Amino acid sequence: MKATETPPVVTVTEPAPVSKAPAQDGKKKSGEGKVLNVFSHGVLIIWAILVVMPLLWAVMTSFKTDDSILSTPWALPDKLHFENWSRAWSQAHMSEYFLNTIVVVGGSLIGTLLLGSMAAYVLARFDFPGNRFVYYLFIGGMSFPIILALVPLFFVMNNMGLLNTTHGLILVYIAYSLPFTVFFLTAFFRTLPGSVAEAAMLDGASHTRTFFQVMLPMAKPGLISVGIFNFLGQWNQYMLPTVLNSDPDHRVLSQGLVELANSQGYKGDWSGLFAGLVMAMLPVLAAYIVFQRQVVAGLTAGAVK
Amino acid sequence: MQHGKYRFIVGFLVAPLALYAVFVIWPFIQSIYYSFTDWTGLSPDFKMVGLDNYTRMFKDDIFWKSLQHSVLLVLLLPLVTLGLALFFAFMLNVGGRRRKNAAVSGVRGSGFYKIAYFFPQVLSIVIVALLFQFAYNPRSGMLNSALKGVGLDSIQPDWLGDPNLALICVMVVLVWSTVGFFVVLFSAGMASIPKDFYEAALLDGASRVTTFFKITLPLLWDTVQSGWVYMGILALGVEAFTAVQVMTVGPGGPDYATSVLPLYVYQTAFRDGQAGYATTIGVGLLIVTMVFAAIVMRLGRRERLEF
Repeated sequence: MKATETPPVVTVTEPAPVSKAPAQDGKKKSGEGKVLNVFSHGVLIIWAILVVMPLLWAVMTSFKTDDSILSTPWALPDKLHFENWSRAWSQAHMSEYFLNTIVVVGGSLIGTLLLGSMAAYVLARFDFPGNRFVYYLFIGGMSFPIILALVPLFFVMNNMGLLNTTHGLILVYIAYSLPFTVFFLTAFFRTLPGSVAEAAMLDGASHTRTFFQVMLPMAKPGLISVGIFNFLGQWNQYMLPTVLNSDPDHRVLSQGLVELANSQGYKGDWSGLFAGLVMAMLPVLAAYIVFQRQVVAGLTAGAVK
Repeated sequence: MQHGKYRFIVGFLVAPLALYAVFVIWPFIQSIYYSFTDWTGLSPDFKMVGLDNYTRMFKDDIFWKSLQHSVLLVLLLPLVTLGLALFFAFMLNVGGRRRKNAAVSGVRGSGFYKIAYFFPQVLSIVIVALLFQFAYNPRSGMLNSALKGVGLDSIQPDWLGDPNLALICVMVVLVWSTVGFFVVLFSAGMASIPKDFYEAALLDGASRVTTFFKITLPLLWDTVQSGWVYMGILALGVEAFTAVQVMTVGPGGPDYATSVLPLYVYQTAFRDGQAGYATTIGVGLLIVTMVFAAIVMRLGRRERLEF
């Protein structure tokens, strides 16, 4: 969803419980503290349930039969109907959607990181006429409504023969991911010490070699953050493929799910739809839980001001 | 050092810049030009029509409805989302049981809450919208069967089918999926506020509510402000488009009750074959976006607090 948007500022630091000098422990205040504690746990748990329950419910529903989904939506499945999953995977083309998405996102992610870091490096570390202009040209793209550009873009792509093709979609994903990537990486390259690059140049390395062998490895933490951000944005992308990629054979996951919802709703195959939804949901959630710290840092990164 | 510098700069910039110019900048410029033409998008022939599209837009009821909904989203979404997120983040950081030697402390298990709250952020808005679409289903959805379950058989709203409720239903989905992100963001900001500030205030007899408005909020203002911009762009952009397009009947229905500007641009261009007029509406959306950003920047300007 957010290939081209800026997340707001702030670097995430885990709250460190700071112990300070003891405060006065009046009776009234500790009473207030206790009430507040119960209250805050109460509201926090309610929201946690509101967030987690629909997801668990979807997982549960994906193992039920169509009848029981409609008649008793809250009941547990009578047994685990794995056939829903296999039906969604093969008959409903989920496997193809996954494959298409992996190809598109893989290509665009590599392209975004490569082109983004090249542009950002030059903009961050070299003085030349027009530097500021190019920089603002890039970051200006973060706040404009994408849909406005999509109308002419559709016809530009059509004329270039890029409509409904995988490589066309990859190029568009890269182009719309560049503003944030350039913005983020420019700030990152500025923080890297210049002395290492100078030493490499003195040793006779060319600019290009210095970039690939010295600066890029140093920028790894930044690349990981912006990479996670772009990966999620591109994996979840819906608007760009909806407009620019209507060929059923090239559908990506998000389009496939909507298509699945339309056709399964029509056929009444709700269990297949939920199996598809959960199938699309679980890998991302699992990856998030494993790489929790990096994902949160990546999505909340972007120290501007 | 200077040797080959410019060749290197050009070599590194040419590919990204060319890609960006062809697929982003050029279409933007074109769309502003097309907004003054009667281009259908289907045939290559079109002519300039001056301001006709703009006068048509001002008389277009659906445009006004979509604009109204978009403005409503821009005003309400940030308010509700950021408000809830600030509330939860404050509870996480200050709502803890008083420990022996700290005036304020976070609740236990705040790590768990933050992990759980963040779930929707990593999910595609499409998945979220489809899940909720089923939850809202009037006959067999989660909500109505839960209402039945607690004996409220008489209250069975149509949710997305009810013109008065549909937009609120969409809004709930967008709030649900974005609050967690801001809880994590604000919580990180609050954790970096020195605890002495709270201690001093509590010693002076301030209540915790007062400390929120007098200490937490002012020190977090920068983050809240950029969150406001972010939510506004989201409400005018891709997320609102996706939620409405996936969830509502029509999409945009019932009876245009949920139509938003980006959706109307999309439908005018690709369903009705009026690409020229669609770009006109798009320019309208661009203006709304810019006005919004300018207002937030202006209202939000305050003295920066250092701590």
